[in-house]
Amino acid sequence: MLPAFIYVFLLTQIPFVLTIYYSFFSWNLLKEGSFRFAGLDNYTRLVTNESIRTAVLNTVVLTISVIAISVVLGLAVAMLLNSEVFGKGFMRTLMIAPFLIMPTAGALIWKDTLLNPLFGLLPYLLTPLGLSRVDWVNRFPMATVVAVEVWRWTPFMMLIILAGLQSQNPEVLEASRVDGANAFQAFRRITLPLVRPFIELGALLGSLFVVQTYDSIFMLTYGGPGEDTTNIPFLLYLVAFQGYSIGQASAIGVVAVIITIVVATFALRTLFSIFQVEARR
Amino acid sequence: MKNRNLRSPDRRLAASRSVIGLVLGLMVALVGAACSGAGGGGGGGSKTITLAAVDNPQMADLKQLVPEFQKAHSDITVKIVTLPEDQLRQQVTQDVAANSGRFDLFTIGTYEVPLWAKKKWIENLSPYVAKDSAYDENDLIPGIKTALSYQGGLYAVPFYGESSMLMYRKDMLSAKGVTMPDHPTWDQVAAAARAVNSSSVNGICLRGLPGWGEQLAPLDTVINTYGGRWFDQSWNATLNTPQWKDAVSFYVNLIKTAGEPGAGNAGFTECLNAYNNGKVAMWYDATVGASNFTGDAAKNSGYAFAPTKVKDWSGWLWAWSLGMPSSSKKKDAAWTFANWATSKDYIKLVGSKLGWAHVPPGTRTSTYSLPEYQAAAGGFAKVTLDSIAHADVTHATVDQVPYIGIQYVDIDEFQQLGDQVSQEFAKVIAGTQTVDQALVKAQALATAVGKNYQH
Repeated sequence: MLPAFIYVFLLTQIPFVLTIYYSFFSWNLLKEGSFRFAGLDNYTRLVTNESIRTAVLNTVVLTISVIAISVVLGLAVAMLLNSEVFGKGFMRTLMIAPFLIMPTAGALIWKDTLLNPLFGLLPYLLTPLGLSRVDWVNRFPMATVVAVEVWRWTPFMMLIILAGLQSQNPEVLEASRVDGANAFQAFRRITLPLVRPFIELGALLGSLFVVQTYDSIFMLTYGGPGEDTTNIPFLLYLVAFQGYSIGQASAIGVVAVIITIVVATFALRTLFSIFQVEARR
Repeated sequence: MKNRNLRSPDRRLAASRSVIGLVLGLMVALVGAACSGAGGGGGGGSKTITLAAVDNPQMADLKQLVPEFQKAHSDITVKIVTLPEDQLRQQVTQDVAANSGRFDLFTIGTYEVPLWAKKKWIENLSPYVAKDSAYDENDLIPGIKTALSYQGGLYAVPFYGESSMLMYRKDMLSAKGVTMPDHPTWDQVAAAARAVNSSSVNGICLRGLPGWGEQLAPLDTVINTYGGRWFDQSWNATLNTPQWKDAVSFYVNLIKTAGEPGAGNAGFTECLNAYNNGKVAMWYDATVGASNFTGDAAKNSGYAFAPTKVKDWSGWLWAWSLGMPSSSKKKDAAWTFANWATSKDYIKLVGSKLGWAHVPPGTRTSTYSLPEYQAAAGGFAKVTLDSIAHADVTHATVDQVPYIGIQYVDIDEFQQLGDQVSQEFAKVIAGTQTVDQALVKAQALATAVGKNYQH
């Protein structure tokens, strides 16, 4: 156990400590001799800089809308797959597929094959409606990124919620039907409370990863137009690898880690509460 | 069909446990994927040199011809790492800034050479060039040589050079009764674009893809010829001037009224495809574009010099060149390869092995006197050579400026500044903000950068 612990500790904590260290320095790779102690300058800039505030706002908008929409869709699909439909196993495999496609490849297919205004599939299908030459990615950048991320995260939510649904005892539902409850009431009063912890878990785990969305933004919009889809990870990339400001990028990274830790704490607590429920049975 | 939910309570419990296992497994897998960054490059034998090359057709040709080099130099193994332009710039910048010595040669542009020479990141190649009389330094096109020099020393050798020009379909223009002069003005180009614009063919393709090397390159040449400049002589940003507003409004309006749809995603490659497929009648872009024409586009194209407004000769200048990092430990082997790849013989080798249209243009005056090349590049060879000859990185604007560069400002901060400003213009092209709003933000960004140079 100890060697494993040391290995993990070295691999994760040394880079993190270095990042914290660099975040107190003003250091631009392109400027020779720019490495000097800057105190909390990088952190004060986090509060005053408009780009960073935009990025935080974009991250919040992106995360909340992706999680909310994919939970609702995931629940709907899970309900469907939990009922008796033809070809259930095949459909389940199909539904999981978006989660298994590499994010970069998925985003590229969306951008070029589906949404390209010159030869994309969607503009072609919308030609009868007179929407043949709409430049979706640039006119509605955030909506496009949200759509692609929802497409990717719905299967994840579906998997977790489906697992919750499958642990439901059908006799309870049958009893409720005998007692005169309609389908909606049964869903609202019996199924939803049962899968609620699973939804919470899915939402929290999902937000951990959606907060870090980078690949699809890089491929679809490159953070633009303007700063309309620049979230915290993408801003970090721009600051570190377009501006080469290592100190400032480190400060953004440290703050991003703190936010993620807060979300992760809630996620783990939900996970443990499910364990406790299991233990009590 | 058996109902899967008809399971005993302990089996349901097991199912839930396996869910938690699945979730934990997914988490570990995702975190692992997120953490696995870029690995380090490998070492190799003592005479293996590594070249970081930009991903363009000329470099692909070079890769194909490396065995020819190894026939004569069996002791040197050449490893070519090909990367798209922006990734190449990042990898190479990190490599030289951290002095890690991963590369022995890399392709850099006219933007990087003076900046990196000043920082002593790249080697002065003049002593190497002087040792080999067959290299014939004076054969290099003068404007390109100036752009690759710093304080009298040549810091990179040109592999391929370009300017910008207007390419147009003669058949499409004459069908609407439009003739294009050799030296058109932007107003003539706009009128022609609107005349030929129809539901099936757009008038002109202009880059809209954000990035200082994409959208800003052609747009900067428009701004220059409209009389605009990035900074005045004391480094005050001048993006709030009427010249900028007129130039940017003109560019955006031309795209909106007679340009390609989806301009926000159109860069060099997208415009080339649109032009080759007959979807646009004109295209203002790099002179190298013409080397890639096929079918009707190759047969019916005419070429004019970069359109102008106030200032003559508005074409840009760029040269992908081979530079040698000071951190390289195999400098002699690296020079042997750089010498071979930029020599007169290499040009003839490409012509005879791969065809004369493949020859990397814009580097050597002698290329343009080869009869085979003249036959293959007929229409655009003269426009290319004359454009490069008249492009002057030190006098690109109407008013004097404290910086060098035509379609860029040769300062470290320009990569980020240019990208941010072009993102603001992309919003204008997408229709989500006005030119005035974009220029207010751009002016603020440029002012902050200018302050670094005001002492």
